[in-house]
Amino acid sequence: MSHSTVQPSRSRDLDKLLLRPGNLVAPTFEPGTQLRDDLQEYVRILVVGAGGLGCELLKDLALSGFKNLEVIDMDRIEVSNLNRQFLFRLEDVGKPKAEVAAKRVMERVSGVNIVPHFCRIEDKELDFYNDFSIIVLGLDSIEARSYINAVACSFLEYDSDDNPREETIKPMVDGGTEGFKGHARVIMPGVTPCFECTIWLFPPQVKFPLCTLAETPRTPPHCIEYAHLIKWDEVHSGKDFDPDDPEHMTWVYTEAVKRAELFGIQGVTYSLTQGVVKNIIPAIASTNAIISAACALETLKIASGCSKTLSNYLTYNGVEGLHIKVTEFVKDKDCLVCGPGVLIELDTSVTLQKFIDMLEEHPKLFLSKASVTHLGKNLYMQAPPVLEEMTRSNLSLPLFELMGKVPKDVVHVTGITSQNDSKRSCLRKLRVVFKAIDGVTDMDMAGGA
Amino acid sequence: MAEPKTKYDRQLRIWGEQGQAALEKASICLLNCGPTGSETLKNLVLGGVGSITVIDGSKVEVSDLGNNFMVDESSVGQSKAKCVCAFLQELNDAVKAKFIEEHPEALIETNPSFFSQFTLVVATQLVEDSMVKLDKICREANVKLIFARSYGLTGFVRVSVKEHTVIESKPDHFLDDLRLNNPWPELKSFAETIDLNVADPVAHKHTPYVIILVKMAEEWAKTHGGSLPSTRDEKKQFKELLKAGMVATDEENYKEAIEASFKVFAPRGISLDLQQIISDSCTEVDSNSSQFWVMLAALKEFIVNEGGGEAPLEGSIPDMTSSTELYVNLQKIYQAKAEADYLVIEQRVKNILKKIGRDPDGISKTMIKSFCKNARKLKVCRYRLLEDEFSNPSLPQLQKYLTDEDYSVAMGFYILLRAVDRFTANYNSFPGQFDGEMDEDISRLKTTAVGLLSDLGCNGSPLTEDLINEMCRFGASELHAVAAFIGGVASQEVIKLITRQFVPISGTFIFNGIDHKSQLLAL
Ligand SMILES: [Zn+2]
Repeated sequence: MSHSTVQPSRSRDLDKLLLRPGNLVAPTFEPGTQLRDDLQEYVRILVVGAGGLGCELLKDLALSGFKNLEVIDMDRIEVSNLNRQFLFRLEDVGKPKAEVAAKRVMERVSGVNIVPHFCRIEDKELDFYNDFSIIVLGLDSIEARSYINAVACSFLEYDSDDNPREETIKPMVDGGTEGFKGHARVIMPGVTPCFECTIWLFPPQVKFPLCTLAETPRTPPHCIEYAHLIKWDEVHSGKDFDPDDPEHMTWVYTEAVKRAELFGIQGVTYSLTQGVVKNIIPAIASTNAIISAACALETLKIASGCSKTLSNYLTYNGVEGLHIKVTEFVKDKDCLVCGPGVLIELDTSVTLQKFIDMLEEHPKLFLSKASVTHLGKNLYMQAPPVLEEMTRSNLSLPLFELMGKVPKDVVHVTGITSQNDSKRSCLRKLRVVFKAIDGVTDMDMAGGA
Repeated sequence: MAEPKTKYDRQLRIWGEQGQAALEKASICLLNCGPTGSETLKNLVLGGVGSITVIDGSKVEVSDLGNNFMVDESSVGQSKAKCVCAFLQELNDAVKAKFIEEHPEALIETNPSFFSQFTLVVATQLVEDSMVKLDKICREANVKLIFARSYGLTGFVRVSVKEHTVIESKPDHFLDDLRLNNPWPELKSFAETIDLNVADPVAHKHTPYVIILVKMAEEWAKTHGGSLPSTRDEKKQFKELLKAGMVATDEENYKEAIEASFKVFAPRGISLDLQQIISDSCTEVDSNSSQFWVMLAALKEFIVNEGGGEAPLEGSIPDMTSSTELYVNLQKIYQAKAEADYLVIEQRVKNILKKIGRDPDGISKTMIKSFCKNARKLKVCRYRLLEDEFSNPSLPQLQKYLTDEDYSVAMGFYILLRAVDRFTANYNSFPGQFDGEMDEDISRLKTTAVGLLSDLGCNGSPLTEDLINEMCRFGASELHAVAAFIGGVASQEVIKLITRQFVPISGTFIFNGIDHKSQLLAL
């Protein structure tokens, strides 16, 4: 057989995986050129974050057979990004990360289209997120992960047997790193645990007790946090501390040094001050590359079925040798986010305003400043002001009427939840059932039982 | 040029200025700049290694555009080494980047002395024969070497150096060095100045747990013939005594004492790991011994003499509930002991250096200090010559891996990654490299793998059909995501070897891209 007739192809290596049948593949795998073309044409992937992981992810995905990518990030490029965020150059400092990252990858990988979004993740409508086949997360904050997770889970619908409806599952692939350590995970809402099911994997940052800072400082961070959290407000009444203002940081550093000297504590440096005040997580190129590569590979597998998928949580630790561990976590069946939704029973007379007030008191939700949507229609929006004004008149109307007099349905609510002293924006799916609608309800209840 | 301190801030927080200086001095050579090699170097260039030399004899083809970010359409037909090098240079102007358009195999054959100029060689996508030759060359020239290879959904990374010693291994969770099971006189006498039954409740709840435990342990020893709690009952009793010492339920320092009481019960003396290192024959030093082994010889003497069975004290204490004054004073006592231990070791180092005919001040104070501080965490890594591992792997290990559920797939890949090189030596292509020969290749690969196993002393093929079929399906493809993973691991190992911080992998890392149950195999 002659080898010379083989046409040179850009996808030569990927074709081995996509065009040939395999033994250790997903049951849905249908190898062939059609699959390769479908990945290019129909699969749309959103990368959340254009930082250390995001840059790698965009490159990896662009070279893994995908052509329709979008990226969202609200940050601008800083000098300290350049040791790992390889799509950025010194002259890019100050420009939006999402825009530069998208441009650089498109310049090098022809045929790939990347749409950048330079904004907060909360600024986008839910529908924006529903457009993607897979959402890949390259984030460094728990809050942002939690928000995207809730968004992806909000699309999930359950059938009457409380089984997730497959076509509503929005897969997520999530990566995270810290120094030589990292994780990569696959989340199939309703099937595998969502971010919230296993929130205990991300313990909240330990805060120093104020009395330690004020009365018995012992370590350099105690002195720094005293200057940052107590002394700043005493001296600069009303002026907010800005961690990105070098003058502010220098002031905190100088005060911390003074306090350390007063108490005989050694080791306050400018670098440590920055680290403590900004809660800087050390980050290196190699770990970001490893974790992003694992995430991109899993994304390719989910989209194509060309191999088994990670089930479902990988931890990487390169500190001492190399430890890779795969753990199969199970989902929390009572999860507020990926479960069928919190059940709320209402009288048909309850107004939207009353409903919103109830959410604030609800023991599972504690959700304030609620905005409510039903089937993509805004019933009430807290912001922006234009929308608030347009929807304000709905507040006095019964929710039952606003929802088209259906006996039960799902509404989506965004707002602020306060748990364990911390407030954060959240999205919740609620199953509203109206009590005592004659006939219809009884029938419906009987049918559903 | 950006201020390096700001540019490298996020990594300086990990390996410090010393680690960074070591990177900036290093000269790295890359063999083959496909995606695996390119991605490895990318991570190193970003981190600011001193210089890179990219060696590859091939021209960029259209198929390279599908898996290598460092070439683009305008590169087709040009030297791959040149294009990759140009892109890498763009990433960091502080790095000296150059390329040589030549096939690595040819260099290995014709110019072995070429490699001795480098600190470290990263050899990617080489077949077994070239790997074995290069390994000998680098071992002889004392050049660090890392092999990396991506192959379909699998691949490997293997470190090869004769010996790599680490002072700053920086383990994640390591027990602090408080000596609560063996306090020295100054700590005891400091504890004696403090009254646990102080009437002032504020003072009572600000007595550091270290003091509480030292005093309570001493008390206990007095009534128990000089020994510390050892049985389960005794440990329970000891904790009860601690609890009884509380005057209010919110005394954090007592809660910390109860939680840390195991430090009183812990056995005295050095760990098994350290025992093994000090019994290494390298501690019998001569004029050629490395600084590490000279210091180790001094440490060994210290442990049996001044140390009374213990290593030098680390000298730092964790944060704990305490008044500022007591905490700072306690800190000073630990620091003073560490300094005293260091001075003893320093003197011993000088004496040893003199004895072996070297400059008694030949090892810097900073180095000896760091050695003392990390004495409990020292690491020695040694790597077999590739040829030895390939021709004579540890049979018990091999058998164990093949039958162990967690390892069998990784072990299977290890065998198959070697089998494909035998295959290509016989048939001039990799199994499944070309369409239309799959069935034939599958049975040939199976025969080759079985032959390899039997040469290694393993009879009967424990490899599954599934794995052999998948290996043929991979057809020597270099997938970008897999290459980025393997390259990421390789670059991380380079950093550990160059900075001499953290612990490099032992054995061969086998990547399993199917379910990610990757493993390290020590053969
Ligand atoms: Zn959940």
